[in-house]
This record gives sequence, C-alpha cells and structure tokens, in this order.
Amino acid sequence: MSDNQTGLSPNSRDIDFNKKMKMQVSTADKLISITVYILFSLFAFVCVYPFYSIIINTISANDLSAKGEIIFWPKGIHFQNYIDVFKIPGLGNAFVVSLARTVIGTLLTVGASAFLGFMFAQEDMWGKKFWYRFTIITMFFNAGIIPWYLTMRSLHLTDNFLAYILPSIVAPFFIILVKTFVEATPKELQQAAAIDGAGIFTIFYKVILPISKPILATVAIFSAVNQWNSFQDTLLLVTDSKLYSLQFILYNYINQASSLSTMVNLQNAGSTAMATLATKQTSTSIRMTVTIIVVAPILLVYPIFQRFFVKGIIIGAVKG
Amino acid sequence: MRSHSMKSNSIRKFLYISPFMVLLAVFAYYPLYGWVYAFFDYTPPIPLSQSPFVGLKWFHSLIENQVKIDQLLQVIKNTFGISGLSILFSWLPMIFAIFLTEIKAVRFRKFIQTVTTLPNFISWVLVYSLAFSMFSSEGVVNGFLHQMGFIDSPVLLLQSSEHVWVTMWVWITWKTLGWSAILYIAAIMGIDESLYEAAYVDGATRMQVIRHVVLPSMLPTYFVLLMLQIASFLNNGLEQYFVFQNAFNKDTIQVLDLYVYNLAMGGGSYSVSVAISMLKSIISVVLLFSVNGLSKLLRGEGIV
Repeated sequence: MSDNQTGLSPNSRDIDFNKKMKMQVSTADKLISITVYILFSLFAFVCVYPFYSIIINTISANDLSAKGEIIFWPKGIHFQNYIDVFKIPGLGNAFVVSLARTVIGTLLTVGASAFLGFMFAQEDMWGKKFWYRFTIITMFFNAGIIPWYLTMRSLHLTDNFLAYILPSIVAPFFIILVKTFVEATPKELQQAAAIDGAGIFTIFYKVILPISKPILATVAIFSAVNQWNSFQDTLLLVTDSKLYSLQFILYNYINQASSLSTMVNLQNAGSTAMATLATKQTSTSIRMTVTIIVVAPILLVYPIFQRFFVKGIIIGAVKG
Repeated sequence: MRSHSMKSNSIRKFLYISPFMVLLAVFAYYPLYGWVYAFFDYTPPIPLSQSPFVGLKWFHSLIENQVKIDQLLQVIKNTFGISGLSILFSWLPMIFAIFLTEIKAVRFRKFIQTVTTLPNFISWVLVYSLAFSMFSSEGVVNGFLHQMGFIDSPVLLLQSSEHVWVTMWVWITWKTLGWSAILYIAAIMGIDESLYEAAYVDGATRMQVIRHVVLPSMLPTYFVLLMLQIASFLNNGLEQYFVFQNAFNKDTIQVLDLYVYNLAMGGGSYSVSVAISMLKSIISVVLLFSVNGLSKLLRGEGIV
C-alpha cells in the first residue's frame, strides 16, 4: 500500500495479475529481463562506487591510497585524516557559514513558499492571475548572470551574508508545489474557519500549515539541499574569506590541495607525534577527506527523506 | 456595500503578498536594467553615469573580425553540442522508468531507485571532486588499470580537449538520470489497469505491452519535458562547466554561460559579456514562446 502512495512501484495489483494469468514467459522475455537486471545493477554500481571509494580511501593508509592501491577494501585503517583536516584554518568557519545559510535560508524559503502557495490558492486576490504569472515566469526567464551580479553589487550585496538568503526566498517551483497541494484540499476547511470568524492569517496558521506538513517537508529538504550545495553565489559575490561556503572551500582545495598537505604536515611535524607514512597527508587525502565532510550531511539525510522527495515531486508534477 | 468590502478584502490579500513581489521585482526583474551596460563603454571602477554611451558598438564588436567570429562560433558550437546530445538522448529517463517498473523484485527495484537518485542531490563541485578522485592521473581508475597492467602511463580524461561534449553529457546523465525518471514513473502509475488487462487477454508479450500500452501513455509527459528542454537549449548553466574547465579543455568546454562569465570575471569585459547575456536571454524567451506555441498547436495546450 505504501508503495503505491510513494509511487515507487507499479501497482501491486498488476503483479498479482501476472501470476493469475500465468503469463507465458518466452526466451526473449527472459533474455530481456536478464539484460535489464544487469544494466540496472551496473548503473547502480556506477552511482554508488565513487562515494564508497572516497570513503575507504580517506580511512586507509595514505601512502597506499596515493599509489591508487585502495580499490575495494580499506587497508591500514586510521582516522588521522579527519583530525588533521579539521585543523585547516577556515574550514570550521566555512562549515558555520554553510550551516547558517542552510538553516536560515530554509526556514525563510519554506515560510514564504507556504504563505505564497496558500495565497495564490485564494480565489479572490486582486490581480491574482497576473501576480502568479509574474512569479512563475522567473523560472524560465532571467537577465543573465552578469546583469544579476551587477545588480547585487549595486545593492551592496557583495560580501554580505544576506546575499545567500534574500534572492532565494521567493522560489517559484516550491510555490507551485504548495499551491497545487492547497488546491487539492477540501475548500470547506477554509470556509468553515472563515465563518467562525478566522482571518486569513489564522486560516493559514491554524488550518493550512498543519495539513500541509508533507509538502512542506519536501520543500524544506529541496531548499536545504540547494542552500548546502550552492557554489555560484559565493564564487560571484564573495571575496571575504569569512563568508566562504564549504562548497567554495572544497573547490579551492581541489585546486590547491598539494600546498595544503605540505602545510598540515609541517604543523604535525612540530608536534610530538611525528606523522608516519601511513598518516602523512597527501594532496589526495586532503581533497578526499574534505569531499566526504561536505557530502556527509547529504548522505546521512538522503535515505531518510528520499520518500518525501519522490512524493513531493509527483505532487508537483501533476500540474507543474 | 458588500461588493465594496469584497474588493477591499481582495486588495488586502494582495498587500500581504506584496513584500514578496517586491523581492521578486528586485532580484528577478531589476537585473534587466543591467542590460543598459551593453550600450555603454563600462570599465569597473568608473561608475556607469560617467561611462560613454556607445550604442550598438559591443554588438558589432562580436562580429567585427574573423578571430572573434570564430571564437563565438566555437562557443555556440559547444553549447549546441552539449545541449544537442542531451536532447538526442532525452528519451533515456523514459526508458529507464519503463524498465525499472518492469522489475518485479520490489527490494531490488527500490534499491536501484534509491541509489540512482542520490547523485542528483550533490553539487557540481562534489561531482567534480568525485570525478577527480576517480579519473585524475593518480585517481582510482588509473590506479586500478595500472595495477592490472592494462596501461603504463595514466589516461588523462579530465585534461583532454577531446570528447569533452560526450564526457560532460555523461556526467549530466550520471547525475540526473535516476531523478528524471521519477516523473515518468509517476506517469506509469497513472495508467489505467484495464489497458494492461485488455492487452494480456489479447495475448500480448511484455515488449508488446510496453510498446502499445506503456509507451503511448508516457508520450505526453515526454513531449512536455522535451519542449522545456528545447526552450532552455542555450542555458547550460555555469557551475558544471566552470568546475570542469582547465587549460586543456578550455576551447571545447566553453558554453555560452561559461563564456559570458569568463569574459566578465576573467577578462573584465563587462559590456561585451552583458551584450551576449542579453542576446542569449532574448533568444531563450523567443524559443520558449515558439515552443509553447508549437505545443498549443500540436496538443491544444501550452507548457508554460
């Protein structure tokens, strides 16, 4: 039953049906099935292996990893890489920046999407059709990246934390999702509340918000992933290293990991615990470790919320 | 009296959303004003008000000499190459969805779906980092091939100017295929049971069911998505190409979005790059409305 709700599987009825009919399975059908299983398995492997490979490399002996010897199993397991990488100046700060923009940005985006989605579902708003189009059309049309940058600069939103938050608050796609959802709820709910004397905000807060939880969860996850993954705004708008996001730091590390590894090794050489060959940082170990730190939140959150994404996108697809 | 209060009520509703409309006006519509930079000779420290008005000079400059024409043509070729490949293979998610829903082992199917949608949720920077770890000269793939004795010197996949369109398309596909299939899976869920039953009663094989029942039901979805893809033909986005670009592949990886960025941020030629941005946006809108019109003509409903 839950299968059908998430839309993850074909109707269970149609599976029973196959059995009932005792469908004749021809050799050609069998061959197709086998090919399909093999192809899907291969693609799944290709999707997972890069993540797996990097994880086992970061916990393996760095000298073996640098030689490209860690392919299926970790060897010489240690966690020194993670301890060392957290000592790199700037990384902790970037983590805070990314976390802050994700939390604040997501809260505001979800709130705005919920409210606007609800308002656009109201029949009697002045100029509703126009304002809805005004919102939606920005999904397809924009001035271009340089005019956008020049605007942000003229608004003094360069080197400003607000630049991470303000432009993403009104998100047309999320508004469509919520609007579609609200329109599918029974009209009587809102009418009854209105008759009881509830104002528009009370209806929104007391009636719509509680029943919209599933769709808002979807919006929250999408929005959080967008914020966490965002790279372009830092690249264009930020020169102050205090406002660097994790993605930006990672990009820099990919390009200058060798100098970082020298730095970390020098730092460690000063301490009593001399780095052995196995724990000595290489450019590869730094890069891979930071990659895992940046991707970890997504890998952790993803399996829990995957059902929500799927449901949400299907709700949106009905109209979107 | 009543109608008056209804009107004020409807205006009040608008007032509640107006702050958000202002945000939208500032961040989505006001940048259009930036297009004026294309008509001025603007160099960064000097404000626009003191920059000379040059009319269409920058538009002319794009086609002024053979070198610039060649450069722009190459960029357009790259844009068309990569977008073209995506459109050419735009049926892949549909096929993916059809065969995925054919798998009767529920656990296996769920596993495949979970795993293949994962890459959609990581950023291009992370994709690049994975690509680097896999395919750089000291990456896992080269390490493996070397250990197995297949190669003596590393294969430099990321630092090659050859097949860049194809490798970029492969990364896009890797990242989005599983996710894009979800819309089609939703379409498959919506197919009327009786169609299947009728087909089986008529003795159709599995492939025949797919061809005569499933596929036709998916075509409307496919059509809408294809139209949207065509409408955004020129908009490859910046991030992917920015992170993958290097001195070796620069010529074949520069799509319009990256070219515009490199011109302004790398070369300081704001006015020229705004001119190109502007042309690109205008052509995109024309494309969108043409495709929308075409869709109305063919299917009786628009896509926007």
